[in-house]
Amino acid sequence: MRENLWKNIRLGFKTNKLAVAGAAAIVILTLAAVFAFLYPMDPNQISVTDRWLWPCQAHPFGTDDMGRDYLARCLYGGRASLAAGFMAMILSTFIGIVVGSVSGFMGGAVDAVLMRIVDALMSLPTFLIMVVMNAYLEPGLQNVVLIIGFLTWMNIARIVRGETIAVNQREYVIYAKISGQKKMAVIVKHILPNIMPTIIVAATMNIANAILMESALSFFGMGLRPPAASWGSMLSNAQGYIATAPYMAFFPGLLILITVISFNYLGEALRKVFEPK
Amino acid sequence: MGNEMTRQEDLLIEVKDLCVHFRRKAEDVFSFKPSWLRAVDGVNFSIKKGETFGLVGESGSGKSTIGKAILRYHEPTSGEIFYDGTEIGHMKEKDLMPFRRKMQSIFQDPYSSLDPSRTVREIICEPMEIHRMYTPAERKERAAELLSVVGLKQEDLTKYPHEFSGGQRQRISIARALSVHPEFVVCDEPISALDVSLQAQIVNMLEDLQDSRGLTYLFISHQLQVVQKICDNIGVLYLGSMMEISSSEKLYGNPLHPYTKMLIASILPPDPKNQVLDDITADVGVQERAEHGCKFHNRCPWCTEKCKNETPALREAEPGHFVACWRY
Repeated sequence: MRENLWKNIRLGFKTNKLAVAGAAAIVILTLAAVFAFLYPMDPNQISVTDRWLWPCQAHPFGTDDMGRDYLARCLYGGRASLAAGFMAMILSTFIGIVVGSVSGFMGGAVDAVLMRIVDALMSLPTFLIMVVMNAYLEPGLQNVVLIIGFLTWMNIARIVRGETIAVNQREYVIYAKISGQKKMAVIVKHILPNIMPTIIVAATMNIANAILMESALSFFGMGLRPPAASWGSMLSNAQGYIATAPYMAFFPGLLILITVISFNYLGEALRKVFEPK
Repeated sequence: MGNEMTRQEDLLIEVKDLCVHFRRKAEDVFSFKPSWLRAVDGVNFSIKKGETFGLVGESGSGKSTIGKAILRYHEPTSGEIFYDGTEIGHMKEKDLMPFRRKMQSIFQDPYSSLDPSRTVREIICEPMEIHRMYTPAERKERAAELLSVVGLKQEDLTKYPHEFSGGQRQRISIARALSVHPEFVVCDEPISALDVSLQAQIVNMLEDLQDSRGLTYLFISHQLQVVQKICDNIGVLYLGSMMEISSSEKLYGNPLHPYTKMLIASILPPDPKNQVLDDITADVGVQERAEHGCKFHNRCPWCTEKCKNETPALREAEPGHFVACWRY
């Protein structure tokens, strides 16, 4: 199964150019964000004389309204956006796995209560809650991650619950139970490894969603505190200069688009690989 | 059933008035009255130490449910299960652990009875880990040893289940069951999913292991030919009730219950001289759960008013031959 997994992924990607391009884009963007310090420009260096420079040799992405190098800002902004996306995904996937597997495994009253909680949370307008909570909390990446993580785990919980119920009836799980294996061990050793493909797909899609949410939150000024930026806050800032410096909206917008599309293609490709033929 | 000849201490498993009912989803949305599926409905039987007891019946007769109730996957709705004189049917989970070691199981579907994400070694070692038997090094050694007992190679230890055929997987299941020195093994249709040449191999292996390790089997199957070969005593189930219990020879030589007759007629080649069997096979009714009376009455050619209203109890019609039918 494990070795097969990699073979299947390689085979599946061989025939799927979009997925390869998406994976490559994600790798490049991630590396760029991680190694942003290699780029010599300081993202927060203000220069009054260099304001609103269009892309040129010295400033490949131009400069913003305070004369800061826009490529440097995009790189560090990407750091914030991608980090927020990954961390929020990890948090929401973790909560989703715990709630979903316990709910599906225990069944009965536990399942009913947990799933009603999920239903209730899903029927709330997520974005409005985020805005309200953000108003009460200190602005910052950490809180953005926590808010997104705690408000987007419900889909994963539902998926994991469904898969858990299916695997729970297989004979190897029945065997583990009747040979005296503890409930926790049955879930961790026998159920989760066998629903991992589904979790990976859901988590990949979730990153795209989290990055979009972070951008939206930042766009409304609820993310990082200036001068630190993420792609979303850069977009927001660019609004005022859209007529004179449209590149200021173009670059972060394009980067968000590429990242989100790439994660979606990757998730879609993984889903096709894992789907039973 | 307490045969006069067998003493109490010779019995390994004793099942008394076992009922396992499942709650069904209400068909009517506005109905709060739960409806129950009586999968196992007042079953009595016992298994002597070292014997193979067969449970036969068509699908839905509750044979697997009985096996899983003894293994305590299902908790009995009512009734008692004794293991070597100890009641385990309603025992708390933490007190059950020693019994969970003594009772092991082999399942029907070799494709879903082994976890696809674990290696053969991990699969065979797991029961020993659960019951904290041996040191990790000894477990590995024992896994290798058991694999050779069931006729697989040493290099198979690091392989995954998908690399094996159905018969080989069933051998791995047997090795896993043997790892913790069980006394009692529930074989839930262990060969139904295998092709005929493999069936004989697995059956022979099970018989050899029984001789060398003194195992007691509960052998669940719908294949009468196999049950006849391997079992000492056989119980015939129909819709959750025991219809007939007797030794293997008597059941096949002289079936008493109309349902057993029908089952046996279904495997023998048609014999024009055997009029009784033809009567039954001629009118195979629908398997329908009757509310009152004998469960078989709506398919029985000898059905009377009494059969429709009163449920016959299991009675000793001949020495060692029990039947639940008003005709005897």
